[in-house]
Amino acid sequence: MAVIEARGLRKSYGASVALAGVDLRVGEGRILGLIGPNGAGKSTALNAILGLTPHEGSLSVLGRNPWTQRDDLMRDVCFIADVAVLPRWIRVSQAVDYVAGVHPRFDRAKAEAFLAKTTIKSSSRVRELSKGMVTQLHLALVMAIDARLLVLDEPTLGLDLLYRKAFYDTLLNDYFDHSRTIIVTTHQVEEIQDILTDVAFIDRGRLVLDSSMEDVARRYVEVMARPDQLEAARSRGPIREHQIFGRSILLFEGVDRAKLADLGELRTPSLADLFVAVIGGADTRSQGVAA
Amino acid sequence: MNASTVTPRSAYLWSVRRELWDFRPLLGGPVIAGGVVLVGFVLSALQLPQNRLETLTLEPARQAVAIALPYDLAALAIIATSLIIGAVYCVGALYNERRDRSILFWKSLPVSDLTTVLAKAILPVAILPAVAAIVILVTHALMLAITTAILMMSGMDPSSTWTRLPFGSLVGAVIWGAFAMALWYAPLWGWLLMVSGWARRGPFLWAFLTPLALALIEKLAFGSGHVISEISYRLGGLAHAFTIHAHGHTPLDPVPVPDPAGFLTNPDVWIGLVVAAACLGVGVWQRRYRDPV
Repeated sequence: MAVIEARGLRKSYGASVALAGVDLRVGEGRILGLIGPNGAGKSTALNAILGLTPHEGSLSVLGRNPWTQRDDLMRDVCFIADVAVLPRWIRVSQAVDYVAGVHPRFDRAKAEAFLAKTTIKSSSRVRELSKGMVTQLHLALVMAIDARLLVLDEPTLGLDLLYRKAFYDTLLNDYFDHSRTIIVTTHQVEEIQDILTDVAFIDRGRLVLDSSMEDVARRYVEVMARPDQLEAARSRGPIREHQIFGRSILLFEGVDRAKLADLGELRTPSLADLFVAVIGGADTRSQGVAA
Repeated sequence: MNASTVTPRSAYLWSVRRELWDFRPLLGGPVIAGGVVLVGFVLSALQLPQNRLETLTLEPARQAVAIALPYDLAALAIIATSLIIGAVYCVGALYNERRDRSILFWKSLPVSDLTTVLAKAILPVAILPAVAAIVILVTHALMLAITTAILMMSGMDPSSTWTRLPFGSLVGAVIWGAFAMALWYAPLWGWLLMVSGWARRGPFLWAFLTPLALALIEKLAFGSGHVISEISYRLGGLAHAFTIHAHGHTPLDPVPVPDPAGFLTNPDVWIGLVVAAACLGVGVWQRRYRDPV
């Protein structure tokens, strides 16, 4: 059974269209990166999946309609929204007590074990913690919940590199197993590309790429063209060309690797480069991914 | 796993506890009001022996009224403080969680909006009157002890207080008052909670200026004052839970006399509860179906 099944998902706010008909299927045990520029519809899509906003089109999450069966759905779904939203007044121990008190699938021992590895004191209030510590606390709470779907909307926003790295390492090593499904959005594409099993690019309310990472590696190839082969490479119809250290890098879609091998060095493009090619190529917002 | 121990009831009780963690003035405010009353009472007790001698020259009914007066005032001060605290709590209850976006954390947990709103409502409706009643009774007990000690230190017989103060009626009036407060002010809390969940900003202004604006429009348009009289009736209406016998401005009973029959047959009590339920219903609907932030 698909964890998420969306067909023709639409949402508009007055005249502005946030989702213009999205079809998406996410299977169990996948880690999907949902990537798009600001205002592309990422958060709207996630809010619809989490039953926080009404929508048009059909959407099923773990076999339920998230808008009408939200209370039931939240037993199996957990999420971290795009800013640190833990209430500032709450003490660490109170947060653990409360979640243990209301969540039937929360494992207190697991949360406490995770917190013990950090420098967070259980008597501290959230407002006394650094931004990184708040995220660690939130992650400790969420990871101790035996949820079938975890949604992370910019979970590492505003954190420094060490915390971001630790966040994803912990998520992958201590949380993820193949009965769980994770959706994550982030602007730091390069940091998550190695943990994803699937990737979807969203732009102006539409999915412009929806693929497993294996398929991405099969479909797209980059050629660092030898200068004497540059014109030959260009004639093969690259979807993007850019320069690094004076060398031209050409990105091809659906072209046989064997036919490109004599043009230069081949490699699989990074998600960031692919993003720029697929979305940045469509208009002039080529800086979007780095924002 | 400590799973399976979560029931709807325990989820509700944890949600109530969470509100008490968040809004500590709900417990602390009445206690501080009681403390302030006691400080004032101790300062005024310097003249107590002199006053008591004068009181004892009055006719017996008036002696009781005079001796009970500080106890009545203490209760009123604590109730008034509680009402202000309840209003501050309600106005922020469904607004602050949206402003600081913590609603997204609360809504990531399997706690329904109905549970959450009812947990928020129970604080002003039931817990606040109970806290106020307990604080009043403790304050009264301490006032009695202070009076007794001061009279004994000045070589007077403390029994003048003990024989004239109607303890039973006093305790009864406090407990009845707390119960009546829960019923009577429910629509006030309901309104404030509804505005708290609805206002995009400035819930205080919306909560208090909307009724005033309505009153003003009514006055200008029709020259009548139904809205303003309804508001002042609701705010001061706790008095209707008691029978107050008075001779001019002089009360004849040392302690207000509970009037359960009159109060519980007053349709305004029940209309108020219906209004409160409707407001909470809107509050639940808003929290469930509006975009959270």
